[in-house]
Amino acid sequence: MLRLKNVDVHYGKVHAVRRASLHVRPGEVVALIGGNGAGKTTLLTTISGLVRPSGGEVLFMDAPITRSAPERIVRAGLSHVPEGRHVFKPMSVEDNLLLGSYSRYSMQTRPRVQEDLEDVFALFPVLGERRSQAAGTLSGGEQQMLAIGRALMSRPAMLLLDEPSMGLAPQVVRDIFKLIVRLKAERGLTVLLVEQNARAALKIADRGYVLETGRIVLQGPADELLENRDVQRAYLGRDLDREE
Amino acid sequence: MYFEPEYECMSRDELAQLQLERLQSTLFRLSRNVPFYRRKFADLGFDPEEFRTLEDLKKLPFTTKADLRENYPYGMFAVPLREVVRLHSSSGTTGKAVVCGYTKNDVKRWAKLAARVLTAGGVTRDDVVQIAFNYGLFTGGFGFHYGAELLGASVIPSSSGNSRRQIQIMQDYKTTALVCTPSYALYLAGAMEDVGVNPNALDLKWGLFGAECWSEAMRGDIQERLKITATDNYGLTEIMGPGVAAECLERGGLHVNEDHFLAEVIDPHTGQPVAPGEKGELVLTTLTKEAFPMLRFRTGDLTRLIPGTCPCGRTFLRIDRILGRSDDMFTLRGVNVFPAQVEAALLTVPGIEPCYQIVLEREGALDTATVLVEASTDEYFDEIKKHQQLVLTLAKTLESIVGVSFAVKLVEKSSLYAGDACKAKRVVDNRKF
Repeated sequence: MLRLKNVDVHYGKVHAVRRASLHVRPGEVVALIGGNGAGKTTLLTTISGLVRPSGGEVLFMDAPITRSAPERIVRAGLSHVPEGRHVFKPMSVEDNLLLGSYSRYSMQTRPRVQEDLEDVFALFPVLGERRSQAAGTLSGGEQQMLAIGRALMSRPAMLLLDEPSMGLAPQVVRDIFKLIVRLKAERGLTVLLVEQNARAALKIADRGYVLETGRIVLQGPADELLENRDVQRAYLGRDLDREE
Repeated sequence: MYFEPEYECMSRDELAQLQLERLQSTLFRLSRNVPFYRRKFADLGFDPEEFRTLEDLKKLPFTTKADLRENYPYGMFAVPLREVVRLHSSSGTTGKAVVCGYTKNDVKRWAKLAARVLTAGGVTRDDVVQIAFNYGLFTGGFGFHYGAELLGASVIPSSSGNSRRQIQIMQDYKTTALVCTPSYALYLAGAMEDVGVNPNALDLKWGLFGAECWSEAMRGDIQERLKITATDNYGLTEIMGPGVAAECLERGGLHVNEDHFLAEVIDPHTGQPVAPGEKGELVLTTLTKEAFPMLRFRTGDLTRLIPGTCPCGRTFLRIDRILGRSDDMFTLRGVNVFPAQVEAALLTVPGIEPCYQIVLEREGALDTATVLVEASTDEYFDEIKKHQQLVLTLAKTLESIVGVSFAVKLVEKSSLYAGDACKAKRVVDNRKF
């Protein structure tokens, strides 16, 4: 569904992503893990068209999107949930969600947008309860749900999720990850998930890629990465030296 | 039937992407963790980060068996030893064998690939699989064992040898699939005929044979005499063991598990790729091995790529059955033997000239090897006791060093080779496959 070939990204002279190749098959949840500053967010923003790569190729559903504008990429079915949620705080929950359908809003689609809105409220009942409340008054977990709900409003085939667990309480993190599993199982949604919480991400993912200083250094089925000692040492917080 | 259809039948396009991703991360780990490759890359001025398409593979260095020997035992490992959960060794090499390590993930992946081989050969979870490969340092036994268990079949680890017992097990346990070398299958067929066991009365359906060269004629013979469907499979310790390539029931060549191994066929003399479909030496690169990754390993096995697609639905390319060796190695009862090892063994025994010839014969289904060697003086022919003692010592030395037994025949000095000694053929292979 999504395919990156030898993607390079430069910020000025900084080579932020080096020759990254990855792919996501339809219906897969793929985790992109790595430490701070490894280039995970850069890679996601490159896919969604917010950052231009200096080299390489990005294909979405077999069509090149390397040079496409972000709004065209959204229309093609690829929706980005940014790091730090970026909900519009003074606006109501409902208006935030409606903004998510902006890419396809017209008189004809209005009734369907209304359906989608109800659909998101069914998925997140708490958002329904607070539909007219200002988004800024929601808790962190609720804001994350709102950000995901907003992305779903464009009826994407694939979701790019950037650090959905950041700054959330463990119980809320569990709820968010359960939701990702549900979206995959019930709606066949394809997900590329960037996470610092590597263990949680790999547990729900089918496959994973490990990014280190802009390079993909490891890739494979999620269960193999969970078993990989390098991954355990660097990202899963296991102190193997102390264990032995 | 497939074991992992999402890979075995994936589109060539998707496969190329997967191979590129896997090779890129393998190269990165090799340059970081294996000093041998780091040096080679530096010598060649090759930057693994510049590897952008599978076409670049041609720029990479070969790895030879000699490289593995020089880095014996653990020099080629890409992980520290404490991450290695299993060690295997290639069969029958001198002092410095090749030691191959597996991480937990490597062992799991190996089982999956062996399960693919078994599935391609007709085996399902309802089968009773008798594995008559040696269980030990040799990869054949354990490789198939884990694969068959993963598949959910009932596994009989009968190991090699003791044919009467193998046949008894086959009858009593109702074995439906036999895994061994093709020559051992023929030997078992002969033994059944000797003891009056009718293969039609057995439950045998499938035979998966590998670890040595065989032919279509031999397949016909085995299928006819054991009343089974026989498939060929290919693997080698340096790369993993069984699970590298295997025939499907179409029996039109062996599908290489290309999502884990890249196969090239080169001209053994020039190192350049041969034209598609031409015969050459098989070169393999591992894409997913953690402990013991190999870059462009020269297998020494001669084969060719089979053009076209297979009606079975697998998209993986096929290689022809192994057509011989690019070096002078031969396989004797499942053990790989290099004449140089035989020479090294002979040289440790005083009383002989460094002149020898190895004659390989096939008696019934089993291979025999006779080493003809020149005695340095005539006294060994004058005194029968001395003669016998020397022959015995030589035979014992050969068996302990090479790992397989040879018959030894003393010949008079200068009788083996006329004129300039020792320029004649070291190995005479009279076996008909």
